[in-house]
Amino acid sequence: MTGGAGDGLYVAVDSPVHRLPAQVKLVALVGFVICVVSTPAHAFWAFGVYAGIVVALVMTAKLPAATVLRRMTVETPFVVFALLLPFVAAGPQVDVLGVSLSESGVLGAWNVLVKGTLGVVAAIVLSASTSPRDLLTGLERLRLPRTLVAILSFMIRYVSVVSGDLQRMRVARESRGYDGGSLGHLRAVAAGAGALFVRSYERGERVHLAMLARGYTGMMPSMARRQATAAEWRRGAGLVVVALLVAVAARVVGG
Amino acid sequence: MHVPDGFLNAPTSLATGAIAAGVVGISLQRASREVRESGPALAGLTAAFVFAVQMVNFPVGAGTSGHLLGGALAAALVGPWTGLLVMSVVLLVQGLLFADGGLTALGTNITLMGAVTVLVGFLVTRGLLRAMPKRLGSVVPAAAVGALVSVPIAALAFTGLYAAGGAVDLSIGRLAAAMVGWHVLIGIGEAVITAAVLSAVVATRPDLVYVARHLQADLVLVDDQGRTTTVSPDRPVAAKPAGRSLGAGVAITLLIAGVVSLFASANPDGLEFVGAKLGFGEAAKESAVAGSPLADYGVSGIGNGHVSGALAGIIGVLVTIGVGLLVAKLASLRRRAESASEPEPASRA
Amino acid sequence: MSKPAIEIERLAFAYPDGRQALFGVSFRIERGERVALLGPNGAGKTTLVLHLNGILGSVAGGAGTGRVRISGSDLHREHLAEVRRKVGLVFQDPDDQLFMPTVRDDVAFGPANLGLSGAELDERVHEALVAVGMQDHADIEPHHLSFGQRRRVAVATVLAMRPDVLVLDEPSSNLDPASRRELADILTGLDVTLLMITHDLPYALQLCERSLLMDGGRIVADGNTRDLLADADLMSAHRLELPYAFNPLSVPGPEHA
Repeated sequence: MTGGAGDGLYVAVDSPVHRLPAQVKLVALVGFVICVVSTPAHAFWAFGVYAGIVVALVMTAKLPAATVLRRMTVETPFVVFALLLPFVAAGPQVDVLGVSLSESGVLGAWNVLVKGTLGVVAAIVLSASTSPRDLLTGLERLRLPRTLVAILSFMIRYVSVVSGDLQRMRVARESRGYDGGSLGHLRAVAAGAGALFVRSYERGERVHLAMLARGYTGMMPSMARRQATAAEWRRGAGLVVVALLVAVAARVVGG
Repeated sequence: MHVPDGFLNAPTSLATGAIAAGVVGISLQRASREVRESGPALAGLTAAFVFAVQMVNFPVGAGTSGHLLGGALAAALVGPWTGLLVMSVVLLVQGLLFADGGLTALGTNITLMGAVTVLVGFLVTRGLLRAMPKRLGSVVPAAAVGALVSVPIAALAFTGLYAAGGAVDLSIGRLAAAMVGWHVLIGIGEAVITAAVLSAVVATRPDLVYVARHLQADLVLVDDQGRTTTVSPDRPVAAKPAGRSLGAGVAITLLIAGVVSLFASANPDGLEFVGAKLGFGEAAKESAVAGSPLADYGVSGIGNGHVSGALAGIIGVLVTIGVGLLVAKLASLRRRAESASEPEPASRA
Repeated sequence: MSKPAIEIERLAFAYPDGRQALFGVSFRIERGERVALLGPNGAGKTTLVLHLNGILGSVAGGAGTGRVRISGSDLHREHLAEVRRKVGLVFQDPDDQLFMPTVRDDVAFGPANLGLSGAELDERVHEALVAVGMQDHADIEPHHLSFGQRRRVAVATVLAMRPDVLVLDEPSSNLDPASRRELADILTGLDVTLLMITHDLPYALQLCERSLLMDGGRIVADGNTRDLLADADLMSAHRLELPYAFNPLSVPGPEHA
């Protein structure tokens, strides 16, 4: 049985973070990250505070550390970029362990790493504590156009089905002795992808027929169940307020 | 690569967020005809397809494998507006569910990997199809070139954004060279994969391919001796109003002229530099139009160098387009006059 | 005498590419009847059935002639929503029909489009899920259900609209024997007019007292299911075969249900 796009991403435990409505979490976490991004890189103490907040969030959401660390590997591409910066950036050089590095490059690397990492963990907290359906509901509540929410919804629903088709094609191909690698095999793989598009398109048409058969006339029904209470909004706002204070202090006080 | 949080400063991130929201909003409107006819289901399924296909390891030769980004392919398959929605939805899911791409960088990622690749890919593909023979066989090469071009242009756009709000001081010239150079390579891979996948679809269901909608397949006719002849239909495709794609093309050109030009280096260009070094720079005479209001890429009378340069760029683009349209119009009038006096081509046996 | 649930008069239809699929089909199905639609692949069964709720046919802007009447009323474009409520279509692939994030959302989709909301909507959803025995799975995502469970939820999505006629396309295909029996029990207990496309001849005999046999876009036989299945010449003339060791004359039919 295939899983959905949110499978393995949503950690199904009960926690205060899980219970918050998705729209509150979205606004709070995005606001938090904006504050992080606006903080000057040399205010090292500020990032210590942010890191503390983020760890507190992970713990409050009862997320297993191993899961969070594993999902953080998505960072790898920009970590590589960050590590290159001290070597390629211009400006005054500084000696680190016998290697001449650009001072602004080192600071820049720190800037990219710390902000990117904090952003990734914030996003992990969001997706691990919110089921895909609730996330869609939250987006709808935040006035994302219904059509866009519907497209997102169908995508999430059918990713597993389409990936399953792709997987079956791959198994069939490998069962016939294809082992991948040479350009001549490109045609086989591409043929599979092309066939996948046709299958997905035709399924899209059939889903549309099924929608028509159940009375769809162009307007998707609303999925949102309840509004967030003022208390819940206050909790989300609290996070942003703290982050804002830190960011402002960092700008005023400096590193 | 998905841009993470903190790569670009907050004002730039917010600005790209606004651009992305605007572009997605326009796509929802424009695609609404396509989307309403077949419902959001089709766009959603196509998005699921793109997401799945992005994970596939395509062998691109020399023992290496590459991954598909998909902007130009999506544009060729489902059209520019639905394609833009599809790519944006993929990026939203990647950012919100997989933490791939920062939450505050969603605007940047959608602008670059959604809007720029899709629109550039589509414009190039469509432009080429207009110039090439109106046959099904033209679709794949046109889309391949669209894919090839879309990637480095997105890299260039990224460089522009970085110049505006990058967090680390880098030489923009070097960054641009590195980004564009590297992404030309990626663009080649993208072109190869796009061509392969698109030709598979065109071979089985060309009716599903947006850019191939009005193209006829070559007919293979067999006579009573079993000999085959291939006949390509030479009926011209009914001219579609050029307004919309022309408008988009103009908009992008103006954007480049007006905004990206702000980041053009003030250093002397290659020729001037060499001229100064070798001493023939002094031999340069003042051009006859040196006194014109637009001389030296500036608008006389406007003090701020940046605004002046940008304005000059924009005015220059508009004048070029105007002249170009005039020439094209004159040429078409001439062609029409000539063809009216030609005899009708003999009908095929 | 109440109006027939379905009345088809000389229905003809051709696809846009010119291929004609129906060549003048006529039949009546009375309220409460259970009818199986049999025939080889390509006979036009699915095409016919798509006319019943206005997806195909002149009402959808297509090319065709003939008359389709549901519960006595002709199909009209303005009344499409009403027609789609009256005729519930359950397709072959449940994944095509379960397109919302959770079971509850899917079952609610139809009645929500009819204008229901709030407590009334919740009630209707619950009623439909109970009818198929899936009320404990309301908040599950569809890809976490087994195939048989998805089939049942697909039936519920249609039942939630309280249709007069329930049309099923290959309901027993790909079901394991237990799920097949569960579905049969559910269908037997429903108070609807039933039209079932199927290749599963024992299933047809078990659930439907009457059968229509289609081939090449025409109705070639219309009668008691047992009589049709027992007619060996008719079966072989239209590429129908009984399962190994299955004798239609030796098993009880729906009259004994």
